This record gives sequence, structure tokens and C-alpha cells, in this order.
Amino acid sequence: MSTIAFAGSAQFAAVGYVASGLAWPGIVLLTALLNARHLLYSAALGPWLRDLPTTRRAGMAHVLTDEAFALSIGHFRRIGRGDERGYWIGAIGSTFIPWNLATLAGVLLGGRIPDPARFGIDIIFPAAMIGLAVGLITGRRELVAAIAGAGIGVVVALLANPAVGIIAGGLLGPGIGLLVPAASAHETAPLGTTASAGRYALPGTPFERDVPQPTETSPADRHEDPPGPSDGEGR
Amino acid sequence: MTAGLVLLAILMFAVTYPSRALGLLIPRMDRLPRAATDYLQLVGPAVLAALAAVDVMVATNDAGDPVLHVGVEWIAVIVCMAIVAWRRNLLLGLVAAVAIVTIARAAGIESAFI
Repeated sequence: MSTIAFAGSAQFAAVGYVASGLAWPGIVLLTALLNARHLLYSAALGPWLRDLPTTRRAGMAHVLTDEAFALSIGHFRRIGRGDERGYWIGAIGSTFIPWNLATLAGVLLGGRIPDPARFGIDIIFPAAMIGLAVGLITGRRELVAAIAGAGIGVVVALLANPAVGIIAGGLLGPGIGLLVPAASAHETAPLGTTASAGRYALPGTPFERDVPQPTETSPADRHEDPPGPSDGEGR
Repeated sequence: MTAGLVLLAILMFAVTYPSRALGLLIPRMDRLPRAATDYLQLVGPAVLAALAAVDVMVATNDAGDPVLHVGVEWIAVIVCMAIVAWRRNLLLGLVAAVAIVTIARAAGIESAFI
């Protein structure tokens, strides 16, 4: 399941559903609902990877996860262009392989751990998600979108179910973020610039000096009018 | 049973892959209006924050209904968020979050469901 479906939260849910005896159509339907957020991810990444052959993009789609999206979109925004190798490193090297190795380790050794929750393992997923979200916040619009997404997600999850809440937060949060006027968005580091790379770099690293200047325009820059978010003008 | 679970995994793939592929394979995604690209740029923070918030704040009771969950996990996630914002170091944030939850649970601090 970790290799074929490769969908962390849906796998967690499926295990619970199987154990509880839920019928397969129900599991498949809930999986589709839970993973519908990937449509937003692929739509956001699409413009950055538009120059790649269709077959390679089709392969990339299979390993598109929350983590792969956050790592790659952050990387693309830092360097101001799409980067296929960077995507594969993020998606395969830091997610697909470790996920499958950890799954194997869990199958072989999991039974020997009496109570995994005791070690706080369950907090890693939400903490990683919020940490990745923080890495994508470069201005007030992103901040408002994140807060709105979280708030809407929780309220809708309590009223309906968690999967619907996540999708609602992901759909409505950006819309609320866009309500922040461009003039007051206060982009702290215009995307695709050296300053943006420096903002994302670890403190103390010479990243600002090392990062290459963008050699290609970001997707939004390709619009002739108005200029895109990586033009260095802020928003 | 194992073959059955493989079939289930294939079905899960079948309903997951289209949402992953659609945006990457649709032509002319780079010709979207400016408002659409601005919107898509905000998708990441919104979805990831929603994932984290729902995971930490919403649980399911014995009847299968979603309920508000209050616990030390909130503090752990906030501390992780603060560390990442301050030090730009996700690993450090994760270690701190795990440590907080582990210590709290070892100390017998229980979560509450509302």
C-alpha cells in the first residue's frame, strides 16, 4: 500500500477503516475525498513543470505528497524556476524511499514497540505539516491564508468530517488570503529573488552568497501584465 | 487477505492518482490568469495549516463523531511552529515537539475531548 497508493494520511485512515470492518467502497470513497487536496498541489506545481515531457510529469504525479509539494514549491520559489531534479530529490529521496523503508520497519519491528504513542510519534505528522507551512509564508497573504485555512478546516471538520474540513480549509483559505490588498501584503522576501533564498536558508549559512540568480522566469512572471510575484517588486 | 489488501491499495491509487496528475498534465496551466496564480500560491500554506490543525484539534469519539481535542499536542505544534519561524530548522522543531509530547505523556498529562 505504501508503494502503490503512497498516501500517508489515507493509509492511516484505511488501516483504521479495515480494522473497523468498513466496506471497501466506503474506504475508497473516503480515500478519494481525503486525497482530493492533491488537486490543489498539482495545480500549483503545474506551471513550474510545464516544460517537461508529459510522461515524466505523469511519473512525478505518483509521488506528489504533502511533503513533496511543500519541499518542491519552496525550492522552486527560492530559485525562481522549476527544477526537475530538485523535485525528484524531495519526492523520492526524502519521502518515497524513507516512507517505504519505515513501513517495512514497522511491519517487521512494530509489534515489539508496546505503545508507540508513548514516544510522541503521532505528533510528527502535524508538526511537520505546520513547519512546512511556516516555510511557505513569505508575506501577509500567506499568513492570512494559513490561519484561515486552519480555522475553517477545524470548524468544518467538527461539523462534517476531517477530510471535508481539510479540503474546505485548503479551498477557502487562499481566497481569504487574497482579500489582503496587494499594497499591504508586505512580502518579506519577494519570491524568486536572492532575498527570498536567504529568508528560507538556515541561519548562519552563506546561502545568500551561494544561491544562483534566477535564470528563468517563474510561472507568474510569464504574464506580461501585471508582473508576477517573483519580479522583486513585492505585492 | 494479503491479495485483498493489494487490490484495496490499487483502488486507493486509482482514486488518488487523478487528483495528483490533473494539475500537472493539463495543458496551458502556465497561461492562467494572474488571480489564479496568486490563489494557487496560497494553497500550500492553507492546506498544510489545515492538515496540521485538523490533525491536532479534531478527534473522533467512540460513536465515530468528530469532537474537539484539547491536549499537550497543541503546545507541541505551536512550539514547533515557533522554532521553524525563528531558526528555520524543521528538524529541531520536530525534535522539540516529540520531546514535549513524550515528557507530558510520561508525566501522566492526559488529553481532553470536548
